[in-house]
This record gives sequence, structure tokens and C-alpha cells, in this order.
Amino acid sequence: MGKYILKRILIAIPVLIGITIIDYAIMCLAGSPLEMLQGPRVSEAALEAKKIAMGLDKPVYIQYFVWLGQLLRGNMGYSIKSYQSVSAMIGSHLGPTLLLMGVSLLVSLLLAVPAGIYSAVHQYSKGDYAVVTVSFLGSSIPGFFLSLLLIYLFTVKLKVLPSSGMVTLGTGGGAGDIARHMVMPVMVLAASMAGSNIRYIRSAMLEILQQDYLRTARAKGIGRFQVIYKHALRNALVPIVTVIGMQIPLLFGGAIIIEQVFSWPGLGLMTMSAIGSRDYPVIMGVCLLSAVVVLLGNLVTDIVYALVDPTIQLQ
Amino acid sequence: MGKGIVFMKNRNKEKKKKEMVTESYLQTVFRRFKRHHLAAFSLVVLALVCGAALLAPVIAPYEPEAIVGPFGGAPCREFLLGTDQIGRDVLSRLLHATRISLLVGIMATVISTVIGVVLGLLAGYFGGVIDMVIMRFTDMVMSFPYILLVLVAASIFQPGLWNIILILGFVDWPGVARLVRGNVLSLRETNFVKGNIVAGMPLRHILFSEILPNTVAPILVYATSVLALSMLDEAALSFLGMGVQPPMPSLGNMLNGAQSLTVLTRQPWLWLPPGLLIVLLVVAINFVGDALRDALDPNSEKR
Repeated sequence: MGKYILKRILIAIPVLIGITIIDYAIMCLAGSPLEMLQGPRVSEAALEAKKIAMGLDKPVYIQYFVWLGQLLRGNMGYSIKSYQSVSAMIGSHLGPTLLLMGVSLLVSLLLAVPAGIYSAVHQYSKGDYAVVTVSFLGSSIPGFFLSLLLIYLFTVKLKVLPSSGMVTLGTGGGAGDIARHMVMPVMVLAASMAGSNIRYIRSAMLEILQQDYLRTARAKGIGRFQVIYKHALRNALVPIVTVIGMQIPLLFGGAIIIEQVFSWPGLGLMTMSAIGSRDYPVIMGVCLLSAVVVLLGNLVTDIVYALVDPTIQLQ
Repeated sequence: MGKGIVFMKNRNKEKKKKEMVTESYLQTVFRRFKRHHLAAFSLVVLALVCGAALLAPVIAPYEPEAIVGPFGGAPCREFLLGTDQIGRDVLSRLLHATRISLLVGIMATVISTVIGVVLGLLAGYFGGVIDMVIMRFTDMVMSFPYILLVLVAASIFQPGLWNIILILGFVDWPGVARLVRGNVLSLRETNFVKGNIVAGMPLRHILFSEILPNTVAPILVYATSVLALSMLDEAALSFLGMGVQPPMPSLGNMLNGAQSLTVLTRQPWLWLPPGLLIVLLVVAINFVGDALRDALDPNSEKR
């Protein structure tokens, strides 16, 4: 067990280093920070001095190590536009995004786990077909189109939900106000995730239902409900953990577009405006952060696997 | 001499096998595919939409970029789906947009599948250091949220049709690589591959003529989901203004206008048709992929 976790962490370390290299390479590819300073009033000599001051005259790999050293001390560089530190900018936008992602993940699981299990238990019934068809629809609707439909329905026609922001302007906000603003973004994110989750949990559950220990459980005569909810569901934890692990990168990606549509003041909105103004230190900071979070998410998923299913071993 | 005899025996065996099984592999696949009514229906829908997209220059009533009618006119007999804000025919643009979006989806899928297959074959077959390097690199690329990577790439390179295709193609291969590697790992242990190695067959032959044909089915199924995802991503990118650039129409950038409240509330004919068409196409592709998975699976009859 301990050996498995240790091995898994050792594999993650070169990947983490590789992620920083890719991140740095993209940032270099995007252009030198000096280009932003160039203008008619900036002399060649001033540029040269700035270049030496920023260490840009040194070979690329030395620049990389200098950057890495700064990174380890928590310095992710400074925004070209606002001159704020990238870590402070990320810190101030992280909360709303985590709130949105967390609630969406929860809602999608609350939808997908019962639906997937129902569908597997009643395989080939009308209900099963309906669930599978709806799940295909959920994963096939582009998030931004579903957002437009929802805004059209709830904001324009019914006038019950606000279409943008996190709190109503001019009011103090409060949990109820934030919740009202969250309904539509959460619906969109949860729908796209629940679509693939339902099918994954259904097929995993179908496999579990064919296992010998379930036949034994049924033969004991303890009743259908007990068999499914005590024996099968416990074993379905493994696919559910997998689903959560798979969702993390999707959540980050989905949040970028959804935050843009609903003007949700989180990391995604910040990233999109940084992309618009080509503020590469901010963009790459977000990239690095999300890549590290995804990597850690996978690591935790694998470790939880081993905890949930003792038969899993690293080959 | 000895080799020749073995060869003859193999020939005979093949003949016998063909006599025994009256149905060819493709026929079996087709018969199983037809059992999925929704998928069969989806295939018809896809064929119709693709046909319309291919014939767009012939059947579109107007030029897609020509200004032919009133600004933001509602659907009428002359303009079946109305006209957009600057007086272009929405139906003509929709037909051409479908063509562009399908082109992006298909090309991006082909590129990412080829990259993924080659890397997966190499990693799975050689193992050891090559496998480790390729798979760790795959892990790294997979760690970056896909759409973020695409957005960053789109902001570095000029957005445009071919750049979008290349970006989507070069970002979407890790899944295919993992799938192929897993299949190759199990195929490498089979007797027919071992036999080829012992017989001293060239590597090229073993990889491409023995191993690859046996992984085509799962690759094909996976490619359908990549196709669906690439089309969704193209739409999202173009919607955000970082994909296919106007005046060239794509299903995503036709929806771009709906970000303004007037279009959203007063001119639904501008954003509903392209949005519904994306959903229709992606749902149909997913259904076909799902039925294909079932039809190509050699074990599906036993269940």
C-alpha cells in the first residue's frame, strides 16, 4: 500500500517538471516581454539595459531555472497589463471558480449516480433507453448554446434568474443572491458532466451486477434493495472515484467558457480577458496552476482507488 | 521448402474458414449496427447533413458572404431562415458553415488519430525507455486542461481555419495514444505476433500489417468521439471569437452574435438554427459511435 503510493508519487515528479518546461516553452514561444515595452520613445540602449536587468541575455535553460526558482518561492511573475503579481490575481479569482466547480461537480454526481444505477439495474427497459438518450443529449449540447437557451428561457421570458455576475449590483449580495446567480452556470456545467458520467457509471454498474458475489448475495435471499444498495453500490465506488478524477480537467475547461458567458468573476473570466490582451504571464500562470491541480487530482484519484479497492496494484 | 508447405496449409485453412462462415465480418457488423435504431436513424441524418454541406455551393440560394437582403430580416419565403445583421442569407451561411465545421472536425480528428496511433504503437511495442518517455509526455499534455491549451495556442498563432485544425489536431491525441498502447501491449503477447517476431519479419510489417489492423475497431470508435469533441471545441472557440474568423461562416461564429441581448431576444432565427444543428450533428455522431462500439465488439453476441 505505502509502496504503491510512493511509486505513484515518484512517477508524478518527472511529469510535474515536464509541465513546468512545457509551460515555460509556451511562454517563450508567445514572445519576449520586451516587445511590450517597444515604442518610439524607448531607445535601443534602454531596451538593452532592461534585457540585462531581466536576465534575457542569458541562455534559455538558465532563464528557465531562474524562473523555476522564483516559482518555488511563490513568485509567478507580474501581469503586463495591471502590474499586479500573478499569484495575487489568481488568489483573488480562485474562490468564485472553486465554488462554481464544486457545486457543479456535486450536482452532476447527484444526477448521475442514481440515474446510472437505475439504468444499469433496469437494462434495456424504457427507462434505461430514456436515461441513455438524455445522457447523450447532455454531453452533446455545447455549453455556451445551452447557456443561451437558459438565459433566453429564465432571464428573458420568465424573468426569474439573473443572467450575469455573482451578486446583484448595488446590493450587499448574501448567500441567497449568490445562489440565484449560480443556478444557470451550475445547470450548464452539471448537464455536460452528468451526460458522460451517467454512461460511465451505467456500464461500470452493469459489469458489477454480473459478478459472482452478487449472485451469491441474491441467492441468500436478502432482497433486491439490499443487494443493490449494500453490495453493488459499495463496489460502484471505484467507478465513481474515477468519474470525479476525470472531471477535474473538464471542469477547468468548461468553467472558462461558462464564466465568460455568465460573466462569473472567477479564474475563467480573468483568463479570457488575459488572452484578449495577450497577458502571457497571467495566462501561463493559470495554465500551470490548472495543470498542477489536474496532476494532483489524478494522484489523489489513484491513491483513493487503492484505498477503496485493495486488489489494485501498480503494475 | 518447409516454409512453402506451411504456407499451403494456411491457405487451405483460410478457405475452410470462409466456407464455414457464411457471413463476412462487414456483414456481421452491419447487421449488429442495424439493431440500434437510433444509430441507424442518426446515420441517415448524418448522411443528409453531410450531403447538404458538400453540395452547399450548388444548393445554397445565395452567396454566403454576399449582402442580399434587409438587415436582420425575419424568415420569409424569399429568405427561408431570415437574414443576419448585415443582410446576408442565414440559410446559405448555415449550409456553408456546416461544411466548414465538418471540415475542421474531420481534419482535426485525422491529424490527432494519426499522431496518437504512431506514438501509441511505438510506446506499446518497444516498451522500456521509449514507452516511458512517450507516456510521461502524454501525461504532461493531458494535465493541461484541453480547452485552455487550445485557447492559448489560438492566442499565440493567428486564429484562422487551418490554424484551428492544426491546433485541435495537435492537442487531442493523448487519448488515442493511450488506447493504442494498451491494445498493442496485449496484442504483443499473442501467438501470431510472437510467431512473426520468431520468423524474423521486418518491424514495419509487424507494426503496420499485423498489430495495427487488430486495433482498428477501437480506434475507429474512439475517433467518432474525437470527431464529436473537435466539432464542439471548434464551435466554442469560434463562439469566443478565437476560431474560424468571419466573414467565413462556421456553426460557432454564427452563434457569436447571440451574445448581444437584441439578437438573443428579438432575432432567434440568427442563433437557434446553428446551435440546434451542432447539437443534432454531435448527438448523431455520438449515437453512431456508440452503436459502432457494440457492432465491432467481437464479444457483443455472447451477452
